[in-house]
Amino acid sequence: MKRAVERHLNILEFTLASLLRRRAKNLALLAMYLLVIFMLASLQFFVTALKREAALILTDAPDMVVQRLTAGRQDLVPDRYAAEIAKIKGVSAVRSRLWGYYYDALNGANYTIMTGDDSAAPPGTAIGAALAKSRNLQVGDLLPLISYDKSPVMLEIGSIFPSSSDLVAADLIVISPVEFQQLFNFPDGQATDLAVTVRNPKELPTVAAKIASQFPDSRPILKSEIQRTYQSIFDWRGGMTLMVLASALLSFIIFAWDKATGLSAEERKEIGILKSIGWETSDVLLLKFWEGLVISLTAFLLGVVLAYGHVFFLSAPLFAQALKGWSVIYPRFQLVPVVNAYQLAVLFFLTVVPYTTATVIPCWRAATIDPDAAMRY
Amino acid sequence: MRRSIQFLLFTAVILTVFLLLPLHARNAQQHRAAPTRQLQNLHVTDLCLATEARYTRHPAVADRHTPFQEHPLALEHFPTGALILPNLPGRDTK
Repeated sequence: MKRAVERHLNILEFTLASLLRRRAKNLALLAMYLLVIFMLASLQFFVTALKREAALILTDAPDMVVQRLTAGRQDLVPDRYAAEIAKIKGVSAVRSRLWGYYYDALNGANYTIMTGDDSAAPPGTAIGAALAKSRNLQVGDLLPLISYDKSPVMLEIGSIFPSSSDLVAADLIVISPVEFQQLFNFPDGQATDLAVTVRNPKELPTVAAKIASQFPDSRPILKSEIQRTYQSIFDWRGGMTLMVLASALLSFIIFAWDKATGLSAEERKEIGILKSIGWETSDVLLLKFWEGLVISLTAFLLGVVLAYGHVFFLSAPLFAQALKGWSVIYPRFQLVPVVNAYQLAVLFFLTVVPYTTATVIPCWRAATIDPDAAMRY
Repeated sequence: MRRSIQFLLFTAVILTVFLLLPLHARNAQQHRAAPTRQLQNLHVTDLCLATEARYTRHPAVADRHTPFQEHPLALEHFPTGALILPNLPGRDTK
Protein backbone atom coordinates (compact mmCIF):
# COMPACT_ATOMS: atom_id res chain seq x y z
CA MET A 1 0.00 0.00 0.00
CA LYS A 2 2.71 2.41 1.09
CA ARG A 3 4.74 1.44 -1.97
CA ALA A 4 1.80 2.21 -4.30
CA VAL A 5 1.25 5.61 -2.67
CA GLU A 6 4.97 6.35 -2.93
CA ARG A 7 4.91 5.38 -6.63
CA HIS A 8 1.99 7.77 -7.29
CA LEU A 9 3.68 10.56 -5.34
CA ASN A 10 6.90 10.10 -7.31
CA ILE A 11 5.07 10.13 -10.61
CA LEU A 12 3.06 13.19 -9.54
CA GLU A 13 6.32 14.86 -8.56
CA PHE A 14 7.73 14.14 -12.01
CA THR A 15 4.46 15.32 -13.64
CA LEU A 16 4.56 18.66 -11.84
CA ALA A 17 8.21 19.15 -12.77
CA SER A 18 7.37 18.26 -16.37
CA LEU A 19 4.44 20.71 -16.43
CA LEU A 20 6.58 23.47 -14.92
CA ARG A 21 9.23 22.92 -17.60
CA ARG A 22 6.62 24.07 -20.14
CA ARG A 23 5.28 26.65 -17.73
CA ALA A 24 3.94 29.27 -20.16
CA LYS A 25 2.09 26.79 -22.37
CA ASN A 26 0.51 24.92 -19.47
CA LEU A 27 -0.43 28.06 -17.55
CA ALA A 28 -2.16 29.40 -20.66
CA LEU A 29 -4.04 26.12 -21.00
CA LEU A 30 -5.01 26.13 -17.32
CA ALA A 31 -6.20 29.75 -17.53
CA MET A 32 -8.32 29.05 -20.60
CA TYR A 33 -9.72 25.83 -19.13
CA LEU A 34 -10.53 27.65 -15.88
CA LEU A 35 -12.24 30.47 -17.75
CA VAL A 36 -14.49 28.08 -19.68
CA ILE A 37 -15.48 26.18 -16.52
CA PHE A 38 -15.97 29.48 -14.68
CA MET A 39 -18.32 30.82 -17.35
CA LEU A 40 -20.32 27.60 -17.67
CA ALA A 41 -20.62 27.12 -13.89
CA SER A 42 -21.50 30.81 -13.38
CA LEU A 43 -24.25 30.55 -15.95
CA GLN A 44 -25.53 27.37 -14.36
CA PHE A 45 -25.55 28.87 -10.84
CA PHE A 46 -27.15 32.08 -12.08
CA VAL A 47 -29.94 30.42 -14.04
CA THR A 48 -30.72 27.81 -11.38
CA ALA A 49 -30.86 30.43 -8.61
CA LEU A 50 -32.96 32.76 -10.73
CA LYS A 51 -35.42 29.99 -11.57
CA ARG A 52 -35.73 29.05 -7.90
CA GLU A 53 -36.21 32.69 -6.91
CA ALA A 54 -38.87 33.09 -9.61
CA ALA A 55 -40.70 29.99 -8.37
CA LEU A 56 -40.74 31.33 -4.80
CA ILE A 57 -41.76 34.88 -5.73
CA LEU A 58 -44.46 33.79 -8.15
CA THR A 59 -46.28 31.76 -5.51
CA ASP A 60 -47.88 35.13 -4.65
CA ALA A 61 -48.93 35.73 -8.27
CA PRO A 62 -52.67 35.85 -8.96
CA ASP A 63 -54.33 32.52 -9.81
CA MET A 64 -55.33 34.06 -13.12
CA VAL A 65 -54.82 37.38 -14.87
CA VAL A 66 -57.53 38.40 -17.32
CA GLN A 67 -56.55 40.80 -20.07
CA ARG A 68 -58.70 42.33 -22.79
CA LEU A 69 -57.56 42.57 -26.37
CA THR A 70 -58.61 45.13 -28.95
CA ALA A 71 -57.27 44.81 -32.50
CA GLY A 72 -54.52 42.48 -31.30
CA ARG A 73 -53.36 44.78 -28.53
CA GLN A 74 -53.98 44.79 -24.80
CA ASP A 75 -56.70 47.21 -23.83
CA LEU A 76 -58.32 48.43 -20.63
CA VAL A 77 -60.85 46.13 -18.98
CA PRO A 78 -64.23 47.64 -18.04
CA ASP A 79 -65.33 47.11 -14.42
CA ARG A 80 -68.43 45.21 -15.59
CA TYR A 81 -66.11 42.36 -16.71
CA ALA A 82 -64.97 42.05 -13.08
CA ALA A 83 -68.55 41.97 -11.82
CA GLU A 84 -69.55 39.31 -14.38
CA ILE A 85 -66.46 37.15 -13.76
CA ALA A 86 -67.10 37.30 -10.00
CA LYS A 87 -70.44 35.59 -10.64
CA ILE A 88 -68.82 32.55 -12.27
CA LYS A 89 -69.03 29.50 -10.03
CA GLY A 90 -65.70 28.74 -8.36
CA VAL A 91 -64.38 32.30 -8.50
CA SER A 92 -63.76 33.59 -4.99
CA ALA A 93 -62.42 37.09 -5.75
CA VAL A 94 -61.79 39.44 -8.66
CA ARG A 95 -59.49 42.38 -8.17
CA SER A 96 -59.16 45.18 -10.72
CA ARG A 97 -55.46 45.91 -11.13
CA LEU A 98 -54.27 49.37 -12.06
CA TRP A 99 -50.71 49.44 -13.26
CA GLY A 100 -48.62 50.96 -15.99
CA TYR A 101 -45.29 52.43 -17.00
CA TYR A 102 -43.92 55.89 -16.49
CA TYR A 103 -40.97 57.25 -18.45
CA ASP A 104 -38.94 59.67 -16.37
CA ALA A 105 -37.35 62.19 -18.72
CA LEU A 106 -35.03 63.39 -15.93
CA ASN A 107 -32.93 60.23 -15.84
CA GLY A 108 -34.31 58.33 -18.84
CA ALA A 109 -35.63 55.52 -16.65
CA ASN A 110 -38.84 53.52 -16.95
CA TYR A 111 -40.78 52.96 -13.76
CA THR A 112 -43.51 50.43 -13.10
CA ILE A 113 -46.40 52.14 -11.35
CA MET A 114 -48.82 49.94 -9.42
CA THR A 115 -51.65 50.69 -7.09
CA GLY A 116 -51.89 49.13 -3.68
CA ASP A 117 -54.91 48.81 -1.46
CA ASP A 118 -53.04 47.49 1.56
CA SER A 119 -54.37 49.32 4.62
CA ALA A 120 -51.59 47.88 6.79
CA ALA A 121 -48.88 49.38 4.54
CA PRO A 122 -47.11 52.57 5.65
CA PRO A 123 -48.86 55.72 4.39
CA GLY A 124 -47.45 57.49 1.35
CA THR A 125 -45.76 56.16 -1.75
CA ALA A 126 -43.60 53.04 -1.61
CA ILE A 127 -40.68 52.87 -4.04
CA GLY A 128 -38.00 50.35 -4.96
CA ALA A 129 -34.49 50.62 -3.55
CA ALA A 130 -32.85 50.92 -7.00
CA LEU A 131 -35.21 53.74 -7.94
CA ALA A 132 -34.55 55.52 -4.64
CA LYS A 133 -30.82 55.24 -5.29
CA SER A 134 -31.16 56.47 -8.86
CA ARG A 135 -33.14 59.56 -7.82
CA ASN A 136 -31.34 59.96 -4.48
CA LEU A 137 -34.61 59.75 -2.53
CA GLN A 138 -35.24 59.00 1.12
CA VAL A 139 -38.37 58.48 3.20
CA GLY A 140 -40.19 61.81 3.57
CA ASP A 141 -38.83 63.23 0.28
CA LEU A 142 -41.10 64.29 -2.56
CA LEU A 143 -40.95 62.55 -5.95
CA PRO A 144 -42.32 64.88 -8.64
CA LEU A 145 -43.86 63.19 -11.68
CA ILE A 146 -45.56 64.86 -14.63
CA SER A 147 -49.10 63.71 -15.29
CA TYR A 148 -50.53 63.02 -18.75
CA ASP A 149 -52.23 66.42 -18.71
CA LYS A 150 -48.80 67.98 -17.98
CA SER A 151 -49.50 68.96 -14.40
CA PRO A 152 -47.05 67.98 -11.63
CA VAL A 153 -47.98 65.16 -9.26
CA MET A 154 -46.00 65.27 -6.02
CA LEU A 155 -45.63 61.88 -4.36
CA GLU A 156 -44.41 61.76 -0.79
CA ILE A 157 -42.14 58.77 -0.17
CA GLY A 158 -43.62 56.76 2.71
CA SER A 159 -41.38 53.71 2.48
CA ILE A 160 -38.59 52.21 0.43
CA PHE A 161 -38.60 48.48 -0.29
CA PRO A 162 -35.49 46.72 1.03
CA SER A 163 -32.78 46.05 -1.56
CA SER A 164 -33.31 42.31 -0.97
CA SER A 165 -36.64 42.81 -2.82
CA ASP A 166 -34.92 44.29 -5.87
CA LEU A 167 -35.80 41.26 -7.98
CA VAL A 168 -39.45 42.26 -7.65
CA ALA A 169 -39.46 45.92 -6.82
CA ALA A 170 -36.32 47.65 -8.14
CA ASP A 171 -38.30 50.02 -10.39
CA LEU A 172 -41.61 49.90 -8.56
CA ILE A 173 -43.71 52.86 -7.41
CA VAL A 174 -46.78 51.91 -5.41
CA ILE A 175 -49.37 54.69 -5.24
CA SER A 176 -53.05 55.00 -4.42
CA PRO A 177 -55.73 54.48 -7.13
CA VAL A 178 -56.61 58.20 -6.94
CA GLU A 179 -53.01 59.24 -7.61
CA PHE A 180 -52.84 56.68 -10.43
CA GLN A 181 -55.91 58.14 -12.12
CA GLN A 182 -54.52 61.64 -11.65
CA LEU A 183 -51.10 60.70 -13.03
CA PHE A 184 -52.25 58.86 -16.15
CA ASN A 185 -55.56 60.65 -16.67
CA PHE A 186 -56.93 57.12 -16.38
CA PRO A 187 -60.63 56.70 -17.22
CA ASP A 188 -63.03 55.81 -14.40
CA GLY A 189 -64.56 52.34 -14.33
CA GLN A 190 -61.64 50.70 -16.15
CA ALA A 191 -58.72 48.55 -15.05
CA THR A 192 -55.42 47.51 -16.64
CA ASP A 193 -56.28 43.87 -16.05
CA LEU A 194 -58.09 41.66 -13.56
CA ALA A 195 -56.58 39.37 -10.93
CA VAL A 196 -58.90 36.42 -10.42
CA THR A 197 -58.73 34.09 -7.42
CA VAL A 198 -60.28 30.66 -7.83
CA ARG A 199 -61.27 28.56 -4.82
CA ASN A 200 -60.09 25.22 -6.19
CA PRO A 201 -56.91 25.38 -8.33
CA LYS A 202 -58.08 22.31 -10.28
CA GLU A 203 -60.97 24.39 -11.61
CA LEU A 204 -58.69 27.06 -13.10
CA PRO A 205 -58.79 25.75 -16.70
CA THR A 206 -62.60 25.43 -16.52
CA VAL A 207 -63.01 28.94 -15.16
CA ALA A 208 -60.60 30.26 -17.81
CA ALA A 209 -62.63 28.55 -20.54
CA LYS A 210 -65.86 30.06 -19.15
CA ILE A 211 -64.30 33.56 -19.10
CA ALA A 212 -63.00 33.17 -22.66
CA SER A 213 -66.42 32.01 -23.82
CA GLN A 214 -68.34 34.74 -21.97
CA PHE A 215 -65.91 37.49 -23.05
CA PRO A 216 -64.46 36.52 -26.42
CA ASP A 217 -62.16 39.56 -26.42
CA SER A 218 -60.57 38.52 -23.12
CA ARG A 219 -57.41 36.50 -22.56
CA PRO A 220 -56.96 34.62 -19.29
CA ILE A 221 -53.37 33.87 -18.26
CA LEU A 222 -53.07 31.14 -15.65
CA LYS A 223 -50.58 31.21 -12.80
CA SER A 224 -49.04 28.00 -14.12
CA GLU A 225 -48.39 29.75 -17.45
CA ILE A 226 -46.71 32.65 -15.67
CA GLN A 227 -44.55 30.22 -13.71
CA ARG A 228 -43.73 28.26 -16.86
CA THR A 229 -42.65 31.46 -18.61
CA TYR A 230 -40.08 32.04 -15.90
CA GLN A 231 -38.92 28.44 -15.86
CA SER A 232 -38.16 28.66 -19.58
CA ILE A 233 -37.08 32.28 -19.72
CA PHE A 234 -33.35 31.63 -19.65
CA ASP A 235 -33.63 28.38 -21.45
CA TRP A 236 -30.45 27.31 -23.18
CA ARG A 237 -32.23 27.58 -26.48
CA GLY A 238 -33.35 31.06 -25.79
CA GLY A 239 -30.84 33.63 -26.81
CA MET A 240 -27.35 34.74 -27.51
CA THR A 241 -25.92 33.33 -24.28
CA LEU A 242 -25.59 29.91 -25.83
CA MET A 243 -24.13 31.34 -29.03
CA VAL A 244 -21.43 33.23 -27.13
CA LEU A 245 -20.68 30.28 -24.87
CA ALA A 246 -20.80 27.77 -27.70
CA SER A 247 -18.14 29.63 -29.66
CA ALA A 248 -15.94 29.91 -26.54
CA LEU A 249 -16.45 26.24 -25.79
CA LEU A 250 -15.67 25.16 -29.34
CA SER A 251 -12.47 27.22 -29.38
CA PHE A 252 -11.46 25.59 -26.12
CA ILE A 253 -12.27 22.10 -27.39
CA ILE A 254 -10.11 22.67 -30.49
CA PHE A 255 -7.27 24.07 -28.37
CA ALA A 256 -7.47 21.34 -25.73
CA TRP A 257 -7.77 18.60 -28.34
CA ASP A 258 -4.70 19.92 -30.16
CA LYS A 259 -2.76 20.18 -26.92
CA ALA A 260 -3.85 16.84 -25.53
CA THR A 261 -3.71 14.66 -28.63
CA GLY A 262 -0.81 16.03 -30.56
CA LEU A 263 2.31 14.95 -28.75
CA SER A 264 5.21 17.23 -29.54
CA ALA A 265 8.56 15.82 -30.70
CA GLU A 266 9.97 16.80 -27.32
CA GLU A 267 7.29 14.85 -25.49
CA ARG A 268 7.86 11.77 -27.68
CA LYS A 269 11.56 12.00 -26.99
CA GLU A 270 10.83 12.28 -23.27
CA ILE A 271 8.69 9.14 -23.40
CA GLY A 272 11.47 7.31 -25.31
CA ILE A 273 14.07 8.31 -22.71
CA LEU A 274 11.82 7.32 -19.83
CA LYS A 275 11.23 3.90 -21.37
CA SER A 276 14.90 3.39 -22.13
CA ILE A 277 15.86 4.05 -18.50
CA GLY A 278 13.39 1.44 -17.31
CA TRP A 279 9.93 3.04 -17.04
CA GLU A 280 7.10 0.65 -17.79
CA THR A 281 4.36 1.60 -20.30
CA SER A 282 1.94 1.74 -17.35
CA ASP A 283 4.22 4.26 -15.58
CA VAL A 284 4.25 6.50 -18.66
CA LEU A 285 0.46 6.26 -18.92
CA LEU A 286 0.14 7.10 -15.23
CA LEU A 287 2.38 10.09 -15.79
CA LYS A 288 0.14 11.38 -18.58
CA PHE A 289 -2.99 10.58 -16.56
CA TRP A 290 -1.69 12.72 -13.72
CA GLU A 291 -0.74 15.44 -16.18
CA GLY A 292 -4.29 15.58 -17.51
CA LEU A 293 -5.80 15.35 -14.04
CA VAL A 294 -3.62 18.10 -12.54
CA ILE A 295 -4.73 20.56 -15.22
CA SER A 296 -8.39 19.57 -15.51
CA LEU A 297 -9.18 18.96 -11.83
CA THR A 298 -7.52 22.19 -10.75
CA ALA A 299 -9.40 24.09 -13.46
CA PHE A 300 -12.71 22.43 -12.54
CA LEU A 301 -12.51 22.94 -8.78
CA LEU A 302 -11.16 26.48 -8.99
CA GLY A 303 -13.58 27.39 -11.79
CA VAL A 304 -16.64 26.20 -9.86
CA VAL A 305 -15.57 27.85 -6.58
CA LEU A 306 -14.82 31.15 -8.36
CA ALA A 307 -18.14 30.95 -10.23
CA TYR A 308 -19.99 30.50 -6.93
CA GLY A 309 -18.27 33.61 -5.55
CA HIS A 310 -18.97 35.54 -8.74
CA VAL A 311 -22.70 34.78 -8.75
CA PHE A 312 -23.61 34.68 -5.06
CA PHE A 313 -21.11 37.00 -3.39
CA LEU A 314 -20.45 39.55 -6.16
CA SER A 315 -24.02 39.44 -7.61
CA ALA A 316 -22.91 38.17 -11.04
CA PRO A 317 -21.48 41.41 -12.46
CA LEU A 318 -20.64 39.75 -15.81
CA PHE A 319 -24.24 38.61 -16.44
CA ALA A 320 -25.80 41.70 -14.83
CA GLN A 321 -24.10 43.79 -17.51
CA ALA A 322 -25.71 41.68 -20.23
CA LEU A 323 -29.13 41.80 -18.57
CA LYS A 324 -28.87 45.51 -17.89
CA GLY A 325 -29.01 46.36 -21.58
CA TRP A 326 -30.20 49.94 -21.88
CA SER A 327 -32.02 49.87 -18.53
CA VAL A 328 -31.35 52.89 -16.34
CA ILE A 329 -32.76 51.16 -13.27
CA TYR A 330 -31.75 47.58 -12.78
CA PRO A 331 -31.75 45.24 -9.81
CA ARG A 332 -28.75 44.00 -7.91
CA PHE A 333 -28.93 40.23 -8.33
CA GLN A 334 -28.67 39.23 -4.69
CA LEU A 335 -29.57 35.63 -5.37
CA VAL A 336 -29.99 32.95 -2.75
CA PRO A 337 -27.38 30.25 -3.54
CA VAL A 338 -28.52 26.99 -5.10
CA VAL A 339 -26.14 24.12 -5.91
CA ASN A 340 -27.44 21.50 -8.29
CA ALA A 341 -25.24 18.40 -7.84
CA TYR A 342 -26.54 16.81 -11.04
CA GLN A 343 -25.59 19.80 -13.18
CA LEU A 344 -22.15 19.99 -11.58
CA ALA A 345 -21.65 16.28 -12.25
CA VAL A 346 -22.59 16.83 -15.91
CA LEU A 347 -20.11 19.70 -16.11
CA PHE A 348 -17.43 17.48 -14.55
CA PHE A 349 -18.00 14.62 -16.99
CA LEU A 350 -18.12 16.99 -19.96
CA THR A 351 -14.84 18.68 -19.11
CA VAL A 352 -12.50 16.72 -16.83
CA VAL A 353 -13.12 13.21 -18.19
CA PRO A 354 -12.74 13.99 -21.94
CA TYR A 355 -9.60 16.04 -21.36
CA THR A 356 -7.92 13.41 -19.21
CA THR A 357 -8.84 10.69 -21.72
CA ALA A 358 -7.61 12.78 -24.62
CA THR A 359 -4.26 13.18 -22.85
CA VAL A 360 -3.77 9.49 -22.16
CA ILE A 361 -4.72 7.94 -25.53
CA PRO A 362 -2.01 9.49 -27.80
CA CYS A 363 0.53 8.86 -25.10
CA TRP A 364 -0.43 5.19 -25.00
CA ARG A 365 0.30 5.00 -28.72
CA ALA A 366 3.70 6.64 -28.22
CA ALA A 367 4.51 4.58 -25.15
CA THR A 368 3.93 1.25 -26.86
CA ILE A 369 6.51 1.80 -29.63
CA ASP A 370 10.18 1.02 -29.33
CA PRO A 371 12.10 3.56 -27.14
CA ASP A 372 14.76 3.90 -29.80
CA ALA A 373 12.16 4.77 -32.44
CA ALA A 374 10.43 7.19 -30.06
CA MET A 375 13.69 9.02 -29.39
CA ARG A 376 14.57 9.22 -33.09
CA TYR A 377 11.10 10.51 -34.03
CA MET B 1 7.96 19.85 1.53
CA ARG B 2 7.72 17.81 -1.69
CA ARG B 3 6.02 19.53 -4.59
CA SER B 4 3.55 16.63 -4.94
CA ILE B 5 2.47 17.01 -1.29
CA GLN B 6 2.06 20.76 -1.79
CA PHE B 7 -0.13 20.12 -4.81
CA LEU B 8 -2.24 17.53 -2.98
CA LEU B 9 -2.70 19.92 -0.03
CA PHE B 10 -3.76 22.70 -2.40
CA THR B 11 -6.22 20.34 -4.11
CA ALA B 12 -7.54 19.21 -0.71
CA VAL B 13 -8.19 22.83 0.28
CA ILE B 14 -10.15 23.72 -2.89
CA LEU B 15 -11.95 20.36 -2.74
CA THR B 16 -13.03 21.18 0.84
CA VAL B 17 -14.29 24.61 -0.25
CA PHE B 18 -16.05 22.94 -3.21
CA LEU B 19 -17.75 20.42 -0.90
CA LEU B 20 -18.79 23.17 1.50
CA LEU B 21 -20.69 25.03 -1.25
CA PRO B 22 -23.92 22.96 -0.92
CA LEU B 23 -23.86 23.47 2.86
CA HIS B 24 -23.46 27.21 2.44
CA ALA B 25 -26.27 27.25 -0.11
CA ARG B 26 -28.60 25.29 2.19
CA ASN B 27 -27.82 27.62 5.08
CA ALA B 28 -28.46 30.70 2.92
CA GLN B 29 -31.78 29.24 1.71
CA GLN B 30 -32.91 28.77 5.31
CA HIS B 31 -32.10 32.40 6.12
CA ARG B 32 -33.61 33.90 2.95
CA ALA B 33 -35.32 37.23 3.64
CA ALA B 34 -39.06 36.87 3.05
CA PRO B 35 -40.71 39.52 0.84
CA THR B 36 -42.50 42.26 2.74
CA ARG B 37 -46.23 41.87 3.31
CA GLN B 38 -46.92 44.91 1.14
CA LEU B 39 -45.09 43.28 -1.78
CA GLN B 40 -46.92 39.99 -1.26
CA ASN B 41 -50.23 41.84 -1.37
CA LEU B 42 -49.35 43.37 -4.73
CA HIS B 43 -49.52 39.87 -6.31
CA VAL B 44 -46.86 40.72 -8.89
CA THR B 45 -46.75 38.62 -12.03
CA ASP B 46 -43.16 39.31 -13.05
CA LEU B 47 -39.62 39.63 -11.82
CA CYS B 48 -37.78 42.89 -12.34
CA LEU B 49 -34.89 41.58 -14.44
CA ALA B 50 -34.69 44.45 -16.92
CA THR B 51 -36.59 47.72 -17.14
CA GLU B 52 -35.74 48.95 -20.63
CA ALA B 53 -38.68 47.44 -22.53
CA ARG B 54 -42.22 46.58 -21.49
CA TYR B 55 -42.00 43.06 -22.84
CA THR B 56 -38.79 42.25 -20.96
CA ARG B 57 -40.05 43.91 -17.77
CA HIS B 58 -43.29 41.91 -17.82
CA PRO B 59 -42.73 38.95 -20.15
CA ALA B 60 -45.41 36.84 -18.45
CA VAL B 61 -48.20 39.20 -19.52
CA ALA B 62 -46.73 40.24 -22.89
CA ASP B 63 -47.34 38.68 -26.28
CA ARG B 64 -44.61 37.03 -28.28
CA HIS B 65 -45.19 39.61 -31.00
CA THR B 66 -45.22 42.63 -28.64
CA PRO B 67 -41.68 43.73 -29.64
CA PHE B 68 -42.89 44.15 -33.22
CA GLN B 69 -46.09 46.01 -32.45
CA GLU B 70 -44.70 49.50 -31.96
CA HIS B 71 -45.24 50.53 -35.57
CA PRO B 72 -45.36 48.92 -39.00
CA LEU B 73 -42.05 47.22 -39.84
CA ALA B 74 -40.93 47.71 -36.23
CA LEU B 75 -37.86 45.64 -35.40
CA GLU B 76 -37.02 44.35 -31.97
CA HIS B 77 -33.95 46.27 -30.89
CA PHE B 78 -33.63 46.19 -27.10
CA PRO B 79 -30.54 44.24 -25.94
CA THR B 80 -32.46 42.28 -23.33
CA GLY B 81 -34.85 41.09 -26.03
CA ALA B 82 -32.10 38.66 -27.03
CA LEU B 83 -32.00 37.13 -23.56
CA ILE B 84 -35.54 37.25 -22.23
CA LEU B 85 -38.11 35.43 -24.28
CA PRO B 86 -41.54 37.05 -24.08
CA ASN B 87 -44.48 34.74 -23.68
CA LEU B 88 -44.40 30.99 -23.44
CA PRO B 89 -45.04 28.47 -26.15
CA GLY B 90 -48.53 27.15 -26.35
CA ARG B 91 -50.45 30.12 -25.00
CA ASP B 92 -53.39 31.20 -27.07
CA THR B 93 -52.22 34.49 -28.57
CA LYS B 94 -55.15 35.53 -30.59
